[in-house]
Amino acid sequence: MKTDLSPRMKVLVYGLMSVLLIPFVFPTWWMVTSSVKPISDIFAFPPDIVPTRFDFSTYGRVFELQPFAQQYWNSAYIAALVTAGTMLFSSMAGYAFARIKFPFANTLFMIVLIGLLIPAEVTIVPLFQIFLGWDMINTHWPLILVPVFGAPSVFATFVMRQFFIALPKELEEAARVDGLGRFRIFWTIALPLARPALGAVAIFTFLHSWNLYLEPIVFLSSPANFTLPQALTQFTDAYGGALWNVQLAAATMTALPVLIVFIIAQRQFVEGLAHSGLKG
Amino acid sequence: MTVAAKSSSPPARKRPFWTMERRDSLAGYLFIAPQMIGITVFVLIPLGLVFWYSLHEWNVLAQTFRFQGLANYQTLLSDPGLPQVLAATGIFSVGLVIFNMSLALLLAVLLDQKLKGIAVYRTLFFSPVVVSLVAWTIVWGFLLQNNGGINALLATFGIEGPNWLRHPTTAMISVIVVQVFKNVGLNMVLFLAALQGVPRELYEAARVDGTPVFKQFTRITLPMISPTVLLTSIITIVGSLQVFAQIAVLTQGGPGMSTTVLVYYLYQQAFQFHKFGYGATLSILLFVIVAVLTFIQWQMRRKLVFYEN
Repeated sequence: MKTDLSPRMKVLVYGLMSVLLIPFVFPTWWMVTSSVKPISDIFAFPPDIVPTRFDFSTYGRVFELQPFAQQYWNSAYIAALVTAGTMLFSSMAGYAFARIKFPFANTLFMIVLIGLLIPAEVTIVPLFQIFLGWDMINTHWPLILVPVFGAPSVFATFVMRQFFIALPKELEEAARVDGLGRFRIFWTIALPLARPALGAVAIFTFLHSWNLYLEPIVFLSSPANFTLPQALTQFTDAYGGALWNVQLAAATMTALPVLIVFIIAQRQFVEGLAHSGLKG
Repeated sequence: MTVAAKSSSPPARKRPFWTMERRDSLAGYLFIAPQMIGITVFVLIPLGLVFWYSLHEWNVLAQTFRFQGLANYQTLLSDPGLPQVLAATGIFSVGLVIFNMSLALLLAVLLDQKLKGIAVYRTLFFSPVVVSLVAWTIVWGFLLQNNGGINALLATFGIEGPNWLRHPTTAMISVIVVQVFKNVGLNMVLFLAALQGVPRELYEAARVDGTPVFKQFTRITLPMISPTVLLTSIITIVGSLQVFAQIAVLTQGGPGMSTTVLVYYLYQQAFQFHKFGYGATLSILLFVIVAVLTFIQWQMRRKLVFYEN
């Protein structure tokens, strides 16, 4: 379909894309601008697309109503640990399944793949009981251990395996002749070459952890332990009604950092995802 | 890191027992050990437990845990709420997959054109994927209120919008739309990568033959990208069955039970009404549905998907 379009077609394509863009861009714009409007302007009619008056006090209230800085830190450190852990253990498993010959490798790989078939929601009830038995309810352990070692990491293992399978044999053979052990080969030769795949795994894993919602509301009960998605829904008045301006300010603080990182690094981001072995 | 130490330093004095193959096998097992232990503890054992729980009456509040055979499954079959839940789940999944896949394909074809500034459009269409899910849902909830931004926008054109989240039909449409715009960028990127892999000579040959553009699309483009279409459809359908946060934030399953999808119902039964046994039975139902759908789609692969080789 890649042809040089006629000028008329160009106008048509630009026009169509610009209209389609509205529902993708407008909500984020509305979130950011509404969060700095005085509450009376939020529901103004006709609505102000661009804010005319500014009120930044809601940003202060976010921190008064909840331990928001603590919650921010919770989300950040959990996502960082989960991402680092998944990158390490999934690349190790992926490497072994791709490059090392050992008995029952295929059977064990099939067992791991079961994790792809089982949505986390299926096992949430027994996982709750297991962590209750380990006295880890209302701690961050379930939000770290399950993603790093359980079903969510299987996709990463699969991506890493697909990548390592494609590596040329010669790269490792020279190292083996030099007497390097398996871990040294993995760590110094295979892993540095796997940067594109690792990048994709890192992005996927970080976003997954950053967005978790069901697991935190099942496992966590005290506000100081909450993660961001869970905290966002807690900005309500005494009657359970939403404090829209505060909620939108908190949502902006949750969404913007990742969005800015994405816009700066969007090339690597999108290509990383597109080339994560998902091409079928 | 103990794994590192063990596999990287083979014994200094080589005993004949540790042949190259044996050391390699040991390294292999050590490499996969964390993942295997994780799968066993966090997937296989819970899967066994969820089946075991489903055979019990287990009310956490009343502290009862009694074996009762298949009674939960009988309850499941006679649960007056279940048909509604399954209908809501089905409508959500079908609506989401159709809307998501067609929009993703349309966007991918548009973004595959050689045009100035196309990278900016690509970034903007993809951007909701990286916006936090609950933040995105909250903004849409704000926009979809009766006096929210969307109705205000409609009003400027003289249209009176409905109270989106308070009517069964529009509530379901809203949840689907919110989810599609959040995640369609992922499928769009995958389709775009697939489109760029289609050999250009095929189009050139078709153009020489005078094949119309639409026919080029159905005869060349679609068959060539069919593996990606199949894969993304599996991911999208299985993903749609897992929707929870959007429902919890936007509609809490309402109005009535019109947007109570299976996972939300499961959550309510287990963690709000404390019926763990019945929650486990609903988990089994979810598992069976996902397994059957994956199996069907895997079978369809042979009939529908064109492979180059």
